[in-house]
Amino acid sequence: MPQPHIDVRHIANLARLELSDEEIAGFQPQLDAILGYVDSLSALDVSGIEPTAHPTVVAAPMRDDTPGSSLPTEALLRNAPDQAQGQVRVPRVVADA
Amino acid sequence: MSLHTETISSLRRRLTAGEISPSEILDDLATAIEARNPEVGAYLSHDLATAKADAAKADLSQPLGGIPIALKDVINTLGQPCSCGSKILQGKYTSPYDATVVTRLRTAGAIPFGRLNMDEFAMGSSTENSALQATRNPHDLSRVPGGSSGGSAAAVASQTAIAALGSDTGGSIRQPASHCGVVGLKPTYGRVSRYGLVAYASSLDQIGPLTRTVEDTALVLQAIAGHDPRDSTSLPVATEDYLSALHQGVKGLRLGIPREYFTAGIDPQVKARVDAAIAALQAAGAEIVDISLPHTEHAVATYYIIAPAEASSNLSRFDGIRYGHRTAKPEDILDLYKSSREEGFGREVKRRIILGTYVLSSGYYDAYYTRAQKVRTLIRRDFESAFQTVHAILTPVAPTAARLSGAQEADPLQEYLSDIFTIPANLAGLPAISVPVGTVMSDTNTRLPVGLQIIGPHLGEATLLRVAQATEDSTAL
Repeated sequence: MPQPHIDVRHIANLARLELSDEEIAGFQPQLDAILGYVDSLSALDVSGIEPTAHPTVVAAPMRDDTPGSSLPTEALLRNAPDQAQGQVRVPRVVADA
Repeated sequence: MSLHTETISSLRRRLTAGEISPSEILDDLATAIEARNPEVGAYLSHDLATAKADAAKADLSQPLGGIPIALKDVINTLGQPCSCGSKILQGKYTSPYDATVVTRLRTAGAIPFGRLNMDEFAMGSSTENSALQATRNPHDLSRVPGGSSGGSAAAVASQTAIAALGSDTGGSIRQPASHCGVVGLKPTYGRVSRYGLVAYASSLDQIGPLTRTVEDTALVLQAIAGHDPRDSTSLPVATEDYLSALHQGVKGLRLGIPREYFTAGIDPQVKARVDAAIAALQAAGAEIVDISLPHTEHAVATYYIIAPAEASSNLSRFDGIRYGHRTAKPEDILDLYKSSREEGFGREVKRRIILGTYVLSSGYYDAYYTRAQKVRTLIRRDFESAFQTVHAILTPVAPTAARLSGAQEADPLQEYLSDIFTIPANLAGLPAISVPVGTVMSDTNTRLPVGLQIIGPHLGEATLLRVAQATEDSTAL
């Protein structure tokens, strides 16, 4: 079986991280070593075993759909890097047609 | 006065008797923080004026009335910073609400006071991954306090906090508690609300207390435990009385020793302390039983797939849009995301985001993530079967006492492997506590604390605390 390998630049792009070349060079052997280690699980027989997504098996609880109070817009906008007219402001998202 | 050195229970007696005021406790703490924090570095900030105002309103008739409690900087507290040890939030975020644990502490009369350092987004075992400052072990300043709740443990140990809250995803309360010689409890998953805790790995995270005594831990747990409609994973079951059974002793209890936790790799001095604590519990009347948790060796690999996977999803919220750091001159929206995250996150956070993104990516999801979830089932079943025959399980907390600062950055895998004894309780969602059981001599000629880990069955905190109290009693000089 081939040694597991992460294409760090590709995955960083998927994760929306703009890594420097130095960072990629540093991470590559570390991440490959970690992946090689966690790959030890592939030796275990897990056929017929149900996956555990949550440690406590409780069905997703339902609650009454009753309106409650929300946090004030003003308090939330105070943390925004940029804002205008009671909204968070971002660079243009839609390109010219 | 020296009120900062006391326990919650002793301060409560003096407050109730009218001997002291909450304001005097705060003054003593503030003085102690100014004296000790420059070298220990447990606190990122503390807001004495707000705490004093809160103290004036605190209901002293309540169980924690007038007691200041310090918070790991990952728990939202209205009007206070919450940086998670990260540059992406430092100076750029003020909590617009109280976490449920903070609301509950206030209801119990406690006063939130101080923000404690941590590994960035709780990722680490040394607090060296904090992007903001270094925290040192109060028992030996050349060593780490453990992590990720290193600030919480170091604050209680350096007598700059009476008690603190931390969070534990793979050992982040218990391991620093062990390294700093304080009591640290990770409750059952779902026992304490996570609403207002900045998420690292949502199926593993749990908030818990770090205190000087087991009784103080029981007092804080009593205040923060319980169902919360704002956290759909919090358990809709009644909270037990954690104090009434505390001093009942261990006579008649069967305590399991899992042989997989006593293998090569444990420091012989640490093992000797743990063995002595087990012998003392036996002498106190407990029946000691040899047990097996056969999938223990797979816990670290399972954790380092599941936790980074959940982290990569949770940390996608830090995108430079609604809060936190935004890069100065983004070319477009994609550059805004990528550059803001690149500038804001530290190395360990980036490593785990990449690892998590990889194991969740198309073509690898089943091979890594689904498989890890299945192994998690096997680990959970190991415990279920063990708790058919024992009331609690006794293990070391960490293979060694606190290590020297520095030196681990080049080899993150080695650091991950040291989490082996604490991770299984998170994967299985079980309550587990670290209780001090003495010290070992370091190679720098300092005495370093060692903890005993006690793991309990699902929602078995009352029994867990009873065993912990017996441990504390039997190791008291």
